Amino acid sequence: MQLTGAQALIKSLEMQGVDVMFGLPGGAILPVYDPIIDSSIRHILVRHEQGAGHMAEGYAMVTGKPGVAMVTSGPGATNIVTPLANAYMDSTPLVVVSGQVATGSIGTDAFQECDITGVTMGITKHNWLIKDVDDIPRVVAAAFHVATTGRPGPVLIDFPKDIANASMEWYWPTSVDDLDLPGYHPLTVGDPGLVRQAAELIRTAHRPVLYVGGGVLKARAAEALRVLAERTGIPVVTTLMARGAFPDSHPQCLGMPGMHGHYTAVTAMQRSDLLISLGARFDDRVTGKISAFAPEAKIIHVDIDPAELGKVRKADVGIAGDCRLVVEELLSAMDAGGEAPVAQDLTPWWRQIHAWQEQFPLYYDHAEGGAIKPQMVVEQLRDAAPSDAIVVAGVGQHQMWASQYWQFDYPYTWVNSGGAGTMGFAVPASIGAKVGRPDRTVWAIDGDGCFQMTAQELVTATAEQIPVKIAILNNAYLGMVRQWQEMFYEERYSEVYLSPDLPDYVKWAEAMGCVGIRAESPEDVGPAIEKANSIDDRPVVVDFRTDAFEKVFPMVAAGQSNDDIVVHPDQEAQAR
Amino acid sequence: MSPAHLSALPGGKSGKPRHHILSVLVENKAGVLSRVAGLFSRRGFNIYSLAVAPTDENEHFSRITIVVDVESAPLEQVIMQLDKLVNVVSIGELSPSEAVERELLLVTVDVGPTERSQVIQLVGVFGGEVVSVGADRITVMLAGRPEKIDDFEGLLESYTVVELQRTGRVALPKLERH
Repeated sequence: MQLTGAQALIKSLEMQGVDVMFGLPGGAILPVYDPIIDSSIRHILVRHEQGAGHMAEGYAMVTGKPGVAMVTSGPGATNIVTPLANAYMDSTPLVVVSGQVATGSIGTDAFQECDITGVTMGITKHNWLIKDVDDIPRVVAAAFHVATTGRPGPVLIDFPKDIANASMEWYWPTSVDDLDLPGYHPLTVGDPGLVRQAAELIRTAHRPVLYVGGGVLKARAAEALRVLAERTGIPVVTTLMARGAFPDSHPQCLGMPGMHGHYTAVTAMQRSDLLISLGARFDDRVTGKISAFAPEAKIIHVDIDPAELGKVRKADVGIAGDCRLVVEELLSAMDAGGEAPVAQDLTPWWRQIHAWQEQFPLYYDHAEGGAIKPQMVVEQLRDAAPSDAIVVAGVGQHQMWASQYWQFDYPYTWVNSGGAGTMGFAVPASIGAKVGRPDRTVWAIDGDGCFQMTAQELVTATAEQIPVKIAILNNAYLGMVRQWQEMFYEERYSEVYLSPDLPDYVKWAEAMGCVGIRAESPEDVGPAIEKANSIDDRPVVVDFRTDAFEKVFPMVAAGQSNDDIVVHPDQEAQAR
Repeated sequence: MSPAHLSALPGGKSGKPRHHILSVLVENKAGVLSRVAGLFSRRGFNIYSLAVAPTDENEHFSRITIVVDVESAPLEQVIMQLDKLVNVVSIGELSPSEAVERELLLVTVDVGPTERSQVIQLVGVFGGEVVSVGADRITVMLAGRPEKIDDFEGLLESYTVVELQRTGRVALPKLERH
């Protein structure tokens, strides 16, 4: 069967099981948009290519399938650089196809030419520039294989216009051996000897903590983790990337560690004598000052990426492998040992943990009458939503409050930008999440600063009938920066004020075909949420006018030891 | 890539062994060198020297010999990061004592009638070769162990060197004798 390159590309995506892609056409990618008309793949036309990338990320994070986006050359391709960088930091599988000028024009500064494989080399797991029409099926299959195996990540296929117009004899690679990847051998199982050593460390620990990262979700290991946690009785912390990997409602869950983590999660790690790190990477936002992090703890580090082992903190037992398989191996090793998986009595450890939980729970000042407290909005959104609702956040104070005050009881219900900290992530990512899980309620909890970066994608949501719900915690500031300026720059506020009513978020929402709702006082919050929840035929935007002075606590200042965690001033006063 | 680094190399003045040789087998595809070099700069590692050429008959693969100037702990990290590059097939770390290393030098020297024979004599002692002769200049070639090249380069300091080019070292593991 003879196909054009463009037809072969679309057919290859179909062969990969792609059911939806996000994109925006342009000159160089034009030939590829023609066979899309006849394809089974749903194409969602975005308003800006950054939106396509973040939608693909949101889709991938809730479905576990790779997100697919398509853009044209030059500015189309550079506009999707931020999502690629974001997906690279958070190990999200993405396949981005970019148009490119014809092969004969490459290197001539042709119209809309950009060396996008060069630009994205450091922020993709791999990228390809197709120079031979016969390579198309093989490269597409290789791209999906690389994006989804091992440590997942984004890949990019750069697709010159003349290749799209050339013709080829169709084939489809039938095995991994046909993909021409002699240097790519992702790991799976962990070394049995190391697994036995890990089991022994767990058996003898007095103050162990399971430090659970996003890799547990990538490995579909939530079930195995739960078995391990319950069999050993060890407390669990879930990082920002792992919220929902272990249920917040579980008595062994201590919540989130890190800069704005739960006091008990942070402190339990600090005092622990064994950290069992599963798919986490000792990010600086988790460890604080690394030389002062968990000083007495031995480290078991399980990660599918061997380069993570020892990158930040030396592991006593470092196991390269898939988290689910390694946890299952660990459970078998515990069974085979014939001894109790935990020999020490963890009661004193739990007594200490419960004392911390009692003394320093999450706290904010509920003072009646004043402005709306952002934390209260999150609590009310949470209480009115189904327990399996998907929550999406941008980056900043609202993100931390969402992570702290939502109750995540299911995996793949939390979508946010972790490593890269990409403002403007929430609106498009929530649209992608809703496309991936149309059966679920999807709430984006966004900041006013973030919302203004990518809000135009709500036009896409309305046009494509994707009924997401957006809660703007509108404090009229770039709130997290404001918080730092208040705390560390003597309240010298530099370029952080945004205004509560410029733009008018309700009118803006309505202009984009959404329902716009405003809540100005605490008593408006409940009815606004109720109204938003009653609408399911179009996107809804709720403008919550929140207290601009509210700060995120607890907090470990950047570069400080986690021992110097700062709790809310009211709790501090009480503790004295 | 500055000559100041020489003093940190064995055979250099301080003799402190901080250099490591990586022998990296890669797919011979467009952009691979850029991926490897980009990784080094991105992760903050310094390449001291680098040599690259196809290594099999069909030119499917190339061998890149990289001399890195780092402590051993970050070296482990750079090897593991390199290994993640999809086009990198295998990486060998060669310690200088377990490797044969060679390098090639081309140098053009200003020579008057008296100096000409001195330089030619020096080249002869080192087993080098005169490869080009002009009216008042000669170009010579010397291949050998990097230390030998260093010595030769040092002795040339008393002459006027017009241009000098070293290839960077290539290396393979020393063979076991049974």
